[in-house]
Amino acid sequence: MSYANWRASKKRQAHFLWKDIKEHRTCYLFLAPYAIVFTLFFIAPVLVSIGYSFTYFNVLQPARFIGFQNYINLILADDIFLTAVKNTFLIAAITGPIGYIMAFIFAWLIHELPRSIRAIAVLVFYAPTISGQVYLIWSIIFSGDAYGYFNAYMVEFGFIDNPILWLTDPRYMMIIVIVVQLWLSLGAGFLSFIAGLNTIPADQYEAGYVDGVRNRWQELWYITLPNMKSMLMFGAVMAISQSFNTADVSMNLCGFPSTDYAAHTVVTHLIDYGSTRFEMGYASAIATVLFAVMYLCNKFIQRALMRLGT
Amino acid sequence: MKKIKAGRQPNRSRAGDVGVAIVLMIFGAFFAFPLVYAINAAFKPLNELFIYPPKLFVRNPTTDNFSDLFLLLNKQGVITFTRYMFNSVFVTTVGTIGHIIVASMAAYVLAKYRFPGSRTFFAAVTVALMFTGYVTQIPGYLIMAKLGWTNTYLSLIIPAFASPMGLFLMKQFMESSIPDVLIEAAKIDGAKEGKVFISIVMPLVKPAILTLMIFSIQALWNNAGTTYIYRDELKMLPFALQTVGAGGVARTGAASAATLFLMIPPLTCFILAQSNIVETMASSGIKE
Repeated sequence: MSYANWRASKKRQAHFLWKDIKEHRTCYLFLAPYAIVFTLFFIAPVLVSIGYSFTYFNVLQPARFIGFQNYINLILADDIFLTAVKNTFLIAAITGPIGYIMAFIFAWLIHELPRSIRAIAVLVFYAPTISGQVYLIWSIIFSGDAYGYFNAYMVEFGFIDNPILWLTDPRYMMIIVIVVQLWLSLGAGFLSFIAGLNTIPADQYEAGYVDGVRNRWQELWYITLPNMKSMLMFGAVMAISQSFNTADVSMNLCGFPSTDYAAHTVVTHLIDYGSTRFEMGYASAIATVLFAVMYLCNKFIQRALMRLGT
Repeated sequence: MKKIKAGRQPNRSRAGDVGVAIVLMIFGAFFAFPLVYAINAAFKPLNELFIYPPKLFVRNPTTDNFSDLFLLLNKQGVITFTRYMFNSVFVTTVGTIGHIIVASMAAYVLAKYRFPGSRTFFAAVTVALMFTGYVTQIPGYLIMAKLGWTNTYLSLIIPAFASPMGLFLMKQFMESSIPDVLIEAAKIDGAKEGKVFISIVMPLVKPAILTLMIFSIQALWNNAGTTYIYRDELKMLPFALQTVGAGGVARTGAASAATLFLMIPPLTCFILAQSNIVETMASSGIKE
């Protein structure tokens, strides 16, 4: 193709694109309010964050470009960041998959119940997610003195002799954070699974029965799971988001910063640098790293789920 | 064939059914325990709160904790409890209504039309489902400051309009529940896009509207509003209740009452709208 031809075809494409855009101007009008707010408060912050991650910025002075220095410091010079990464990966590796599988199993078991009590069961399992500020309750349950429920019962039944400082002893803090995070982890993914199970047509199950599906396990594997692929993807996105962003549980139960940074996570590290020390460039680098990891993890899981049932 | 649906499914064993019920009860207890605790603690008199060994259930229920809570909040400073209550109710109401309108408009065109940029835009929204407040907080603050929105209700209300979860669920629901022919027929009859949206699309997506409402209320009602707001009289209810909890052991009773008080509105909304939410979530899948 000659240059002139190439230019002409480019021009024609641009012309068609413009016509397409003009034809859909009402669409853009409808989209505009959302798009403006979304760009301003969801897209722009990510881009700004990536930009500032290459600078030294303390809010008072203008940002100064320092290249990859923040990232280099993060990996080579910041021991606490490495603790935070270790904790975050541990929390994500446990609460992510377990929370995800748990959400599916509970949804599936609830679906096995008679219709009349399903709604109540859904409420019981989903209530922790709706109720929001419940950290107070957990901090009383795991309170370090003998009035803490967990301590009281453990002493009562003779498992331990003296109350344990569950929330300030570095040996136990992570376990508590993980348990509470799991308790909170059913979320929107769980509702999606509950709903997804309702949509699988009954004749597929009937056909399965005729074809020799003998029990509920075979039915789960051969009929239910392949039908739920898209819900499983949605649930995966939710699980990744929750498990990598653990911060509230740690800060509310173990304090901020926690003893010996034992329950420090990437997000609490980010809050420390962003809101306490005002090292915005460094905090932005942390945010960028976290975001990149979540994005890759999401891509990887989507790829894996595509293979389901094939 | 119809018989199978009506009665017991033939490939289910009785023992299995009992097993399912037992497993759900054990885990249900774990999930329900803190909530049962919260309800009981809120009504416990002082001597029961600090009894050893602690008892889960209240024996002589009292509303002392609630009157303590209101007394505490009202004498704490110049800002009264009603002011915090107003802030939270106002921000939650306006934010939720705005979110439903803005997100539905966008969802409608994304679900029913293919135009340049539409797919990229929706893909960006799907990725944004993973964002949490903390990750975007710092640049978010800089943007708020540029706009002059710090210390205003706007800083809480406007970002709530574009909650990615709302657009995502609404778009998926519209795609699967509104037939294209319906829209085409209305247009042949001469209806403009705005009219189609208001009088045909919106009435058909009531379950999704209720779902967006719940998610939005949940997020806004539990927002302490301390990220972009420094003036105490503009902060939200959770902030006021956190300060009660920070008062230490002596305030355990009032703090339990506060926790229960905060939990009730979103929980009630969820119970009322549950069947609609389940209907909406049926189309929540991520395709491709």
